[in-house]
Amino acid sequence: MSEGEGRSVSPEERQMWTTWVRERAVGALPPEKLLPDRQPAYVSSWIYVFGVATIAALVVVIASGVILGLKGPEWWHVTAIGRFFNGIHLWAVELFFFAMVVHLWGKFFMGAWRGGRGRTWVTGAIVFLVAIGAAFTGYLSQQNFDSQWIASEGKDGLNSVGIGSFFNVVDFGQMYTFHVILLPLAVVALVVWHVLLVRRHGVVPPYPAKAPMPAAPSPPPQATPSEGGAP
Amino acid sequence: MESPVPMVLGALFDLSHPARYLHWHFFQMSVANVVVILLMIAVFVAAILIPFPKRRRET
Amino acid sequence: MSPAPSAPDDSAPWPGPFVRYDLVKELVVALVVMAGLAVILTILFSSPDDSPTTIQSWAKADPGDFLTTAVTELNGTSEIAEYGPPYNNTPDATQKIGPIDLQSWAGVKIPIDTAQNYVIEPLQEIPADPRLKAALAAYQAAPPKLQEAWAGAYEEALPEASFVRGVPILPAGHYGPVAPMMAALLGLAQSGGLDGALVAGDHRFYQTNYTKPLLFLSGGGYFEERAEGQHLLGTQWGMMNETGSYPGQVWLWLYTFWYQVEPFKESPNADALIFALMGVLSLAFICIPFIPGLRTLPRHLRVYRAIWRDHYREVES
Repeated sequence: MSEGEGRSVSPEERQMWTTWVRERAVGALPPEKLLPDRQPAYVSSWIYVFGVATIAALVVVIASGVILGLKGPEWWHVTAIGRFFNGIHLWAVELFFFAMVVHLWGKFFMGAWRGGRGRTWVTGAIVFLVAIGAAFTGYLSQQNFDSQWIASEGKDGLNSVGIGSFFNVVDFGQMYTFHVILLPLAVVALVVWHVLLVRRHGVVPPYPAKAPMPAAPSPPPQATPSEGGAP
Repeated sequence: MESPVPMVLGALFDLSHPARYLHWHFFQMSVANVVVILLMIAVFVAAILIPFPKRRRET
Repeated sequence: MSPAPSAPDDSAPWPGPFVRYDLVKELVVALVVMAGLAVILTILFSSPDDSPTTIQSWAKADPGDFLTTAVTELNGTSEIAEYGPPYNNTPDATQKIGPIDLQSWAGVKIPIDTAQNYVIEPLQEIPADPRLKAALAAYQAAPPKLQEAWAGAYEEALPEASFVRGVPILPAGHYGPVAPMMAALLGLAQSGGLDGALVAGDHRFYQTNYTKPLLFLSGGGYFEERAEGQHLLGTQWGMMNETGSYPGQVWLWLYTFWYQVEPFKESPNADALIFALMGVLSLAFICIPFIPGLRTLPRHLRVYRAIWRDHYREVES
């Protein structure tokens, strides 16, 4: 038996923080729940692929963003290959929001928060709002006319509620840092939490079916059966 | 600034001209945005209506 | 009498049946599809990149508008000069949500003195111009009422101004030292020096904060006209739009909607009120699972019958 596999845990070990974390984690999400190879039979609609499609688009957004970051914020303005990766980044963002909204509509109409899945909905909704913020800082980081205008307009909304004092949309350095580090970290952390909750609670079951129609009562037996049937 | 790299990766369709806008009462929206919204609705409906490949049941 | 059937427990483990479902393969396929779509869209349409407006391009294209903005910055009557926090303390300038004044509460954290930052300090850096030095000294020594009178007269006369080789020629009037100051500022702007002076203010070499030049630009009509041409103004639902014919930020439709309708459209507190309203709606969106009425809406809408039709066909037959 390899170390840690299936062996019982002594009372002293149980007091260890490491053991506590491991047992809670494995208890909540054993491997076959973390990466199941089967799903309930009702998971049989194309609407179910839009969650993973959103994640896939996010991966493309981050990968293209990393490439843009490798050469700095000026690169895509001055080279065709940089412009190409900027295009990938922009269109991946459009695809990300597209898939996320279709996923959100599907989950709403399924009432996907039922059965203790409220946190799954909450984390998903928060990701949506944080992603809007991440996109906003991205538009601010473009260093072109669009970013100038968005900054000069965006400042009014944020200043009016005091946020502009701490989050200065015309400060490119601050916006760029939020965009390439802080908000992607927040988005990824929320997405991971969201997916782990889906694995933990399973995909929401359908709303209860209508009761099947009762079978028609069988006719009483005939006293003198006659061939040829009904009168 | 002129790019030293040939623009082989440039766009096939030039979208840099000002957009056309659709007006309805006080709503106004660019053609591109209307297309995106209609596509979203179409994809949502299609995702629900198009049959999903049947899988073998596990006992 | 038989007991009523109990409500189903949606949190209970699904008793079956199950089907094989390859999640990792699904993710890989999704990655290929999404990456492929992004590449195709990029090859078809690329991405927009309208070059930024500089103070230089503004001063060259519309010197009258540049000078109008500059003289109001000097006079303290510009939009930024009268903005209030976070740039300065201007009485009754803040937006409120009912009695709540969050804009004041946050305080002046990004101080801007428009006269000093946009006019006096950049002009003071211009070397070897005794006439300009004398004009600056005369302006700063004058009482505030006289300064206002000079700048106000200059602003009023600007619509009649002509420009000869970059030099503004105004009709005769009592502009005092303001006239040579504005002429020098226009020359500095048209040379590109004002862009640099505003970004690298306080004699700093490294800089990534464009607060000063961008707020200066935003006070001008030239900048706004360029945005109007691209349908980016608030009154044009601009928050949703992108330059050119590209799709924009469709997900901001509800945010920009409120700016088009009363009571927000004409309200001086529109930004604060709409921000607060969207905050409440966002909270409601997050809390749908806990809001009676909303949380049972999908059941009544019955779209789920189409999504799970195979399941219902099997169970209800």
